[in-house]
Amino acid sequence: MLVYILRRLLWTPVLLLLAAFFVFFMGTVAPGDPAELRLGNRATPERVDRLREQLGLNDPLPIRYMGFIGSALKGDLGESYVFQGKTVTSLIGPRLLVSLQLNIAASIVALSVGLPLGFYAAKRQGTKTDPAIVISMLILYAMPVFFTAPFLILFFAVKLHWVPASGWNGMFSTQAILPALTIGIPGAAIFVRHMRASTLEVIGQEYIRTAHAKGMSNFVINYRHVARNAFLPILTLLGFTLAGIFGGSLIVELIYGIPGISRLSLDAIFQRDFPVLTALVLLGSVMLVLANLVIDIGYTIIDPRIRLK
Amino acid sequence: MANILNKDSVTSELKGSRSHWRQVWSNFRRRRLAFISLVIVGLIYSLGIVAPLIQTHDYQETNIAKTQQGPDHENWLGTDRLGRDIYTRVIWGIQTTVIITATTLITGSLFLGVTMGLLAGYFRGWIDAGIMRIGEVISAFPDILLIILLAATLRPRIVDLARAIEDSTNTTGLVSSGVVDYLVIGVALLPLSWFGMMRLVRGQVLTLRDAEYVEAARAIGTSTPRILFRHILPNVVSPVIVSVSFGIGAIALSEVVLSFFGLGVQPPRPSLGVMIGEVTARGGASVSVLRDHPEQLLAPIIVVWLLIFCWNIVGDALNDVLNPRAR
Repeated sequence: MLVYILRRLLWTPVLLLLAAFFVFFMGTVAPGDPAELRLGNRATPERVDRLREQLGLNDPLPIRYMGFIGSALKGDLGESYVFQGKTVTSLIGPRLLVSLQLNIAASIVALSVGLPLGFYAAKRQGTKTDPAIVISMLILYAMPVFFTAPFLILFFAVKLHWVPASGWNGMFSTQAILPALTIGIPGAAIFVRHMRASTLEVIGQEYIRTAHAKGMSNFVINYRHVARNAFLPILTLLGFTLAGIFGGSLIVELIYGIPGISRLSLDAIFQRDFPVLTALVLLGSVMLVLANLVIDIGYTIIDPRIRLK
Repeated sequence: MANILNKDSVTSELKGSRSHWRQVWSNFRRRRLAFISLVIVGLIYSLGIVAPLIQTHDYQETNIAKTQQGPDHENWLGTDRLGRDIYTRVIWGIQTTVIITATTLITGSLFLGVTMGLLAGYFRGWIDAGIMRIGEVISAFPDILLIILLAATLRPRIVDLARAIEDSTNTTGLVSSGVVDYLVIGVALLPLSWFGMMRLVRGQVLTLRDAEYVEAARAIGTSTPRILFRHILPNVVSPVIVSVSFGIGAIALSEVVLSFFGLGVQPPRPSLGVMIGEVTARGGASVSVLRDHPEQLLAPIIVVWLLIFCWNIVGDALNDVLNPRAR
């Protein structure tokens, strides 16, 4: 197991270097000259040439790539092509914070609905309540964001005027409610599904029967033995939910006008702002890879049986 | 002699598999909800396939005198902001979904995914390591960003290519026919479509390759392709079917998202994503369309919703029926 983790740790930087190279390569395949884009209608051939030289765009791809990696390791991710004079880090930082808050709010919604409901459904297995919960959750899960977002806005913002229709003012403002619901409801459906499955698994274990046999109260069994153990696999899911904030809330950020990370990456793709895009993709990959690693390592710590294999 | 023996074993094998699938089918049919879901999916897809026959208008035909109208006897689902018939555009949008789903499934999941999974699992060693590492690099990207990035950067290249082909063969209409759009979407979805399937098949093959019957086949000198496709492949069909049924909804949704952002199917060709984007102010329409006529969203969204929901139910049922132990 230790060897496995060590190999993973060694492979991770290589993986990130390859991912970064891929985005770099896409930047050269993409149409449009960043220098021309940046100069806009002030672009004369001489100016474009000078700027290209300045930005190092005339260097061959491997050299540019090495240069990028070199400065990235020092924490300098370069300057945006589109937002003049802004460093990539200064663009990403505040937006990352916004997306993080949005996704934390959404996860709170998803967990507080999903876990109890999944647990309850498992407890009611064999009655009509269980399939009713499962199917209605599946209906919510399949509901496209294109539907939830506009209709929540129309109903709660335009018609009832309970909350503002768009914008962002931190996760504790009323503006956060609708977007958090939009992401949280399908998320809750996923948690219900997994919580139900893992609760059923735990209920079937012998130690639960033992607990019943020795006369423990149902409350203690449910909360100390069943729910706690059933929650373990859910941690994995939670890890990925938080790692998935890159692109995961794309449509929601767009429709609600939230200045988050997904919105930034979409703009960067459309405006060919490749320094920003490279940094974003890299950051997203780092989060995903780290989530995977932490989950793998976490499992071996939580469940000693895995270590023996 | 050897020939006859072989033939016999093949026919008995076929018989065996036929009754197995009949059993699976009858188990599946007994699940009422899943069966209904499959029928609904089938109905939606057939609407798309026969779209040219059952359309009531041309999907491009605009009618300025009659925009944003509700349903009536002429326009069954009403008209959009340009007076185009929503019913006609929805069934043509479904056709787009069918084409994209079929091509991505066949090229990505089935062809690339299954073959690479077979190769990686059976030969292991550097083939396995290479395929797995490539897959890991791809899955390190956030899915939807990768799809959008590929579509946005490759579209102009693919359009140029199509133009060059048009010029050199003196034909026209390749670019306007929509083939280019399908190609762009197909290429953008390809990198993500194979890895999941590949990992699944690889895992199955890893356990099967050391099974006694495979060893026996190897011992009597069966050729490697025959072992792979004749002995191992039939045994991974069940998980492949389950995984396909869960994946179809995601493929359909990816096309809708791409077209929603204007990176997939281009107007005037209809796509469910384009229709949704036009109402929710992505495609140049004003916000007022959404505010005053949100009902125009209903038809395309219900189709997407139904597809994802029904495929999930079907996938669950297939999982129960095909992998009874995995429950």
